[in-house]
Amino acid sequence: MNTSVTIAGVEFKNPVMTGSGTFGSGMEYSEFVDLNRLGAVVTKGVANVAWPGNPTPRVAEVYGGMLNAIGLQNPGVDVFIERDLEFLKQFDTKVIVNVCGKTVEDYLEVVEKLGDQARVDMLEINVSCPNVKEGAIAFGQKAEALFDITSRIKKIAKQPVIMKLSPNVTDITEMARAAEAAGADAISLINTLTGMKIDIERRRFVLANKTGGMSGPAIKPVAVRMVWQCANAVQIPIIGMGGIATAEDAVEFLMAGATAVAVGAMNFVNPYATQEIADGLERFLAEHRIGDVNEIIGCVK
Amino acid sequence: MAQKKKALAGVLGQRQLADGIFDLRLKTELAGEAHCGQFVGVYPKDKSTLLPRPISICETDAKEGTLRLVYRVAGKGTAEFSGLKEGDAVEILGILGNGFPVEAARPGMRAVLMGGGIGVPPILQLAKELDCDKTVVVGYRDSQCFLREDFEKYAKTVIATEDGSVGTKGNVMDALKASGIEPDILYACGPMPMLKAIRSYALEKGILAYISLEERMACGVGACLGCVCKTTAVDHHSHVHNARICTDGPVFEAREVEI
Repeated sequence: MNTSVTIAGVEFKNPVMTGSGTFGSGMEYSEFVDLNRLGAVVTKGVANVAWPGNPTPRVAEVYGGMLNAIGLQNPGVDVFIERDLEFLKQFDTKVIVNVCGKTVEDYLEVVEKLGDQARVDMLEINVSCPNVKEGAIAFGQKAEALFDITSRIKKIAKQPVIMKLSPNVTDITEMARAAEAAGADAISLINTLTGMKIDIERRRFVLANKTGGMSGPAIKPVAVRMVWQCANAVQIPIIGMGGIATAEDAVEFLMAGATAVAVGAMNFVNPYATQEIADGLERFLAEHRIGDVNEIIGCVK
Repeated sequence: MAQKKKALAGVLGQRQLADGIFDLRLKTELAGEAHCGQFVGVYPKDKSTLLPRPISICETDAKEGTLRLVYRVAGKGTAEFSGLKEGDAVEILGILGNGFPVEAARPGMRAVLMGGGIGVPPILQLAKELDCDKTVVVGYRDSQCFLREDFEKYAKTVIATEDGSVGTKGNVMDALKASGIEPDILYACGPMPMLKAIRSYALEKGILAYISLEERMACGVGACLGCVCKTTAVDHHSHVHNARICTDGPVFEAREVEI
């Protein structure tokens, strides 16, 4: 049985990846999961310098999911290279580094520094985090801005570039097309849906940031729909994510047109989720006598 | 540190100790690894509530393989737990957090262990593990002084109640001052105003103090960065002034954190 998939020339042993920001750099979850079993570890967003993130409370539970407003706290790219990337060298899995910034120059600085790192297989550009005031989502909600940042990153990037798209737009296919036209090698979607929770006893917002990004099983149908829409709009490969909790959920995304999938908030619920989904996917293929996972990618038109 | 696991625990029994306060006893392989001040994530069965609920360890018995969790019903998840009965099973994630440093209380030191409200339960295991001169100072809203008899087995116990129905009227700081005890080392768990007061008292008097913090949490294992607290110095892991309460804490030396 073949479970490997290829995106922009990078071969992944299976299509199961981690959702950026839900898995650190793999260190914490390596106690639960054999990272060698994963198609790729997608790291928490990293900026040119350390970011402190937002005030607390940063997380809240909602029906069938959660809100987060971490605000991309990260130690900066230099510490990331020295520590996190070094840690990942011992594993036989692909490494996708999520890159964030406040200005285009911030992104370019990180992309340039990561260019020398052979352990980095791909870059995922976060232009869709709803929880920071500057940068991030500002680049992901206007097609022209997305085109501009994508083409500038593509000019200097040494690794293939994935643009991570926001669902908080009128038409996500417009963003997918802009990324493709600017030379992106792939797109990943969806980032979180902007949400809000109010504490009705205290009459105030639950999150210090007022709004947060919603993730978890409750958002899956929205994500499947958007993956399917983008698969019909662009030729570049798609990494699908949003509420994946089981292998069956992963199959749904693959059938909608994703070449790979990422498991996000479910890591917090079940720390074994990624590995169980990778195992479950193999089981699904065997039970359905599918010899190659690529046969089901985009099979639902 | 022992490897963390998600495991199925057997319910040995549960009883109500006070209004909204429940005492759950679990049989679990994880008990052998647990120390005072650590916690477990407890999973509701209702899949609309996905995240594990962080609950402190009130007592642990490695030999028997049992954990005692005393918690307050605060929402849907804990309301579900309050219905667990003998013979049921519940999923837990653990053992989480660093715990109280018992070795910091050296022989000859006078330790004061302070707990307020639902911060009272983890003080019990601490009282059991500490081997020095120790006094427990616990604060409650009213006369429902849960765990009082348990504390009296292990240490001199001073009570404060907000309504004055038992012990000193006021909070744990009032009770500590009224007792005249001069601690060499402090351990505390409780609501933020209480921890703030203890922290400033400790800093002013130059007393070593360890405080257990809480915050809204998602993963419980240090990955999501949801439950951070402000640190005085740049944190070794985050490289900013934030430490993860679930992993670097929940217990911090008072001088290390800004609360």
